[in-house]
Amino acid sequence: MSNYSEILFRPVFKENPIALQMLGICSALAVTSKLYPTLIMCVALTVTVSLSNFFISMIRNITPSNIRIIVQMTIISSLVILVDQALKAYDYETSKTLSVFVGLIITNCIVMGRAEAFAMQNPPGVSFLDGFGNGLGYSVILIILGTIRELFGTGTILEYEIFPLVQNGGWYVPNNFFLLPPVSFILIGLIIWALRAWQKDQVEEPEFRMSQNSPEIVPNPPPTPSSKTAS
Amino acid sequence: MPKINKDSTLNITFVGIGLCLLCSAIISFIAIQLRSVQENNVVLDMQKKIVSSAGLDEVYGSVENAMSNIKTLIIDLDRGEIVDINPDTYELSKELREDGKYKFLSAEEDVASIKKREKYSKVYIEYKDNEINTLILPVRGYGLWGILYGYLAIEGDFNTVAGLEFYEHKETPGLGAEIDNPKWKALWKGKKIYQENGEVSLKVIKGSVMKTSDNFSYEIDGLSGATLTCNGVSNLIAYWMGNDGFLNFINNLQKVDV
Repeated sequence: MSNYSEILFRPVFKENPIALQMLGICSALAVTSKLYPTLIMCVALTVTVSLSNFFISMIRNITPSNIRIIVQMTIISSLVILVDQALKAYDYETSKTLSVFVGLIITNCIVMGRAEAFAMQNPPGVSFLDGFGNGLGYSVILIILGTIRELFGTGTILEYEIFPLVQNGGWYVPNNFFLLPPVSFILIGLIIWALRAWQKDQVEEPEFRMSQNSPEIVPNPPPTPSSKTAS
Repeated sequence: MPKINKDSTLNITFVGIGLCLLCSAIISFIAIQLRSVQENNVVLDMQKKIVSSAGLDEVYGSVENAMSNIKTLIIDLDRGEIVDINPDTYELSKELREDGKYKFLSAEEDVASIKKREKYSKVYIEYKDNEINTLILPVRGYGLWGILYGYLAIEGDFNTVAGLEFYEHKETPGLGAEIDNPKWKALWKGKKIYQENGEVSLKVIKGSVMKTSDNFSYEIDGLSGATLTCNGVSNLIAYWMGNDGFLNFINNLQKVDV
C-alpha cells in the first residue's frame, strides 16, 4: 500500500514536475494571473495526464515501438479535445479565459513525459496513480502562483476582495507587475529555492565548478620591469 | 492469447488505423452530444452581454424576459435604414469576409483603427409601451492589444448613454481590462453623446472628471495605467456615433418619432 501512496505523492514535493523536472512551465506562466482559471486548468491537466497514462499503459504491450510517440500523441490529443469540448459546454466563461491553453495541454511536456517515462513500462492502475500524482504536483505549484498573483495583482482571491482596493475606496494599490507572465518565473524560482532548501537531495551537481582563486597569487604584486614591457 | 510480434508491419498498420478510428469515433460522438449545449452557451452569453449593456437584466429580472422585449434588426449603415435580412443568419465575422459586404476605411476615416467596416449591422431595440426605450448598438475599436468588441446602449432620446459593455477584448488584466469593472461601467450611465451642434463629445479623459467641469456630462474618468485602452474607447465612440457609424440611423429614427 505504501508503494501506491509513494507513487501518488512523490511527484507532489519530491519529484515535482515543475520544480524538479522543469516541465510544463509554459502554461504555468500563462494561466495563473487569476486563481479560478488556474484551478480549472489544474483539473483539466490532471484529468488529461491521469487518463492518458491509463490508456497508454493499457495498450503498451501491443504498441509498436516505432510509432509509439504517434500513438501516445493520438491518445493525448483526443483526451484534450474531450476536455476542451466539455469545458465549452459546462463552463463557457472560463473556457473563454483559458482559450488556447487548454488545447495546448497536448504539448504540455508533463503529459508526454509521464507517458514515455512511466506508462510505457507500468500497468494501468499505477500509471493512473502516477499521472494523478503528477497532476497534483503541477496543481500545487499553479495554485501557489495563482493565489499570489491574484492577491497582489488585483487584491482579490477568487474574485473575493481581500485587500480593499484604492479604486473601490480602500488602501491597496494593485501591483500590476504580478499580472504579467514574467513574475511567474521569479515565483517559480523562489519556490524551487525553498523546495531545495528543504529537500536537500534535489540540489543538482553543478555542471561546471568555479575555479578557486589560487592561493599563490599575492595581492598587489610589486610591479616588475618585465611585466610592464609585456603589457 | 497468441503472442504477437508488436513491431511487425501488420501490427503497426492495425494499431495505427484502429486507434485513429476509435479515437475519432469517440470524439465525434462526444462533440455531437455536446454541440447543442455549447451553441446554447454562446447564444446565452451574447444575449447576456447585450441585455446587461443597458442594465435591462435587472429591469426585467432575467435575460430571457429582457430578450422578449427586444427586437433585433439589421440596418444598412450608409443609408441608415432597416433592411429585410434575417438577423439569425447574420454574423459579423462572416460579413467582414464577404466581398461587397464591407468597405475598407481610409486613414482619416478610420478613427477607431478597425480597417474594415461592414455594410450591414445588427442592432437591438427595446420597446416600452410601443416606444423606443433603449437602442443597443454594436461597437468596436482598437485598444492596446487588440480590437475591443462591445455594445453601447442609448436611451430613447438617442443622446443619453444607458450603458457600455465589452464582450471581447485582449487588454491587460488589472489595467486595460478594468473596462470590465462594474464601477467604471456605471460611470457611463446618464452621460451625453452629442453636443448641441451635433458633434460627438463623449470621451474618456485622463484622470477624474471634475464635478464643475463644463463638459461634465460628456466625460468619463480615465483608467489609471490604461491610457491607450481609454483612447481606444474614446475613438470607438467617436467613430460609431459619427457619420460613418450609426448617426444616419439615429437621425432616421428621430425623424420617424417626430
